[in-house]
Amino acid sequence: MICEKCGATGAVVHLTQIVDNQISTYHLCERCAAEKGLESAPTAADFPLMDVIAQMAEASPPDTSVTGSECAFCGLTWRDFRKTGRLGCPHCWETFGGEITRLLRRIHGAARHAGKVYLPPDPSASEMEKRLDGLRLRLERAVQSEDFERAAELRDQIRSLEPA
Amino acid sequence: MNEFDAIPDHGLGWLEASGEFADIVLSTRVRIARNLQGHAFGVRARVNDREAVLRHFRSSVERSDSLRGGRLLEMPNVSDRTRRILHERRLVTRDLLGEEGSAPLNGTAVHFSAREPVSVMVNEEDHLRVQSLVSGLRLREAWRIVDRLDDDLGRELPFAYHHDFGFLTSCPTNVGTGMRASVFMHLPGLVLTKEIARALRGLGELGLTFRGLYGEGSEVVGNFFQVSNQVTLGRSEEDLVDGLDRAVRMVIQKELEARQRLLREARGVTEDRIWRAYGTLRYARSLGFEELMAFLSGVRLGMSLQLLPGLRVYSLNKIMIFTQPAHLEQAAGRDLAPEESDAHRASYVRRVLATEGDVSAADDPSHGENAPEKP
Repeated sequence: MICEKCGATGAVVHLTQIVDNQISTYHLCERCAAEKGLESAPTAADFPLMDVIAQMAEASPPDTSVTGSECAFCGLTWRDFRKTGRLGCPHCWETFGGEITRLLRRIHGAARHAGKVYLPPDPSASEMEKRLDGLRLRLERAVQSEDFERAAELRDQIRSLEPA
Repeated sequence: MNEFDAIPDHGLGWLEASGEFADIVLSTRVRIARNLQGHAFGVRARVNDREAVLRHFRSSVERSDSLRGGRLLEMPNVSDRTRRILHERRLVTRDLLGEEGSAPLNGTAVHFSAREPVSVMVNEEDHLRVQSLVSGLRLREAWRIVDRLDDDLGRELPFAYHHDFGFLTSCPTNVGTGMRASVFMHLPGLVLTKEIARALRGLGELGLTFRGLYGEGSEVVGNFFQVSNQVTLGRSEEDLVDGLDRAVRMVIQKELEARQRLLREARGVTEDRIWRAYGTLRYARSLGFEELMAFLSGVRLGMSLQLLPGLRVYSLNKIMIFTQPAHLEQAAGRDLAPEESDAHRASYVRRVLATEGDVSAADDPSHGENAPEKP
């Protein structure tokens, strides 16, 4: 669809107005819409991860012991990460730990997991205890939010894991 | 052979319009990201990583109660059209289809459970993406389905998990719970009354985000929005799911108020637009997909407001899916050029509206402006 105003560029803003009980629709390109003082219609709100990474580098000097290192497992460098916003393997999370923690605080407002506690196949006793603690916490929350079906499931899981 | 026959409801159970607020909320999706220890993921994964991940996953399927008896489709082994249909049904992401014009990567696959509306994408950006897609607003239910399958898989597979960061993912925006819950909503009232920008800003303040029909990076088409949690770390899954549920209910409330305002302040034009949209869909001989979505939005609004009685949500949901290019090609049994596609699309829509939605009860000039009650 071509912009109704300039007739040159593709229309990206589709404005629908109701004035005096009349609905009218305009199809405008970004520039003509801006000239009319219109905010661009909501399209996709992509998460500005790359912006956050760029801002961080400007805001405070990065920890060079982290940003100069390379993941021993997959070979990813901090520079690679800054280009794609993607880590390469589980070890990267350890390698870039300090910088990653700063980034996580910016993205999530937190840097510590508060969800499910994972129990690997063949868990150790302490892993088992952590998992049980996690399940008990979730049970408490389920009861608080009156999700009783969920609570019953969690209770069964706890029973199955608890030492006899 | 039809690959879809082995998938429950052909992966279309979410079209049934059975959940809460099904006319406004088309579907609820919950997905989690999981990675295996000892293998590179995403862009760093080499072919032997991907093949090993698929092998591990395959053997866990045999041992897991909830996965056994399901169907595994390896992306390189299915036809290009089938892959595109899976994408159009929102069962696989764009990533899994491979680069434009080349075959999907070795090791990429999708598994469908035999009993529940849950699937697992293998070797997407993360090694495993478990997703449940259900009809209407059913966040807790979708989460529970995913949670159970996650427990089953976790007993078999060594997930990459960190005591501080939680489940490790390729992208830091997914780490922690690895969970993204999203609700796919139709919000024409808020768009027409221009309150949508404010509603979306409000969602942003609650740590939620919105996207278009096909997820990340896609545009909003036909007043359909996908609202999801932005934050994945520092809060529990239940907390995130309940927070999204509360916010979505608030948006629904605002949408309902906006619709009432439209009827109160602009009934004449609103009705006219709805009937024009219906008329176009009912009789058009050529329809582009975006154009269709815009008219479908009007018809859907009319149905919700009971101005078009006789139409069902299910029929409209079905039109949205079956008028996409690969679906039209599947029905035609051959590839279609874009203009042919538009003609096939219009013909499909005419057929559905002619057979599944008799709106004649409301189409009586003597009724004037007042829509009759739904029979």
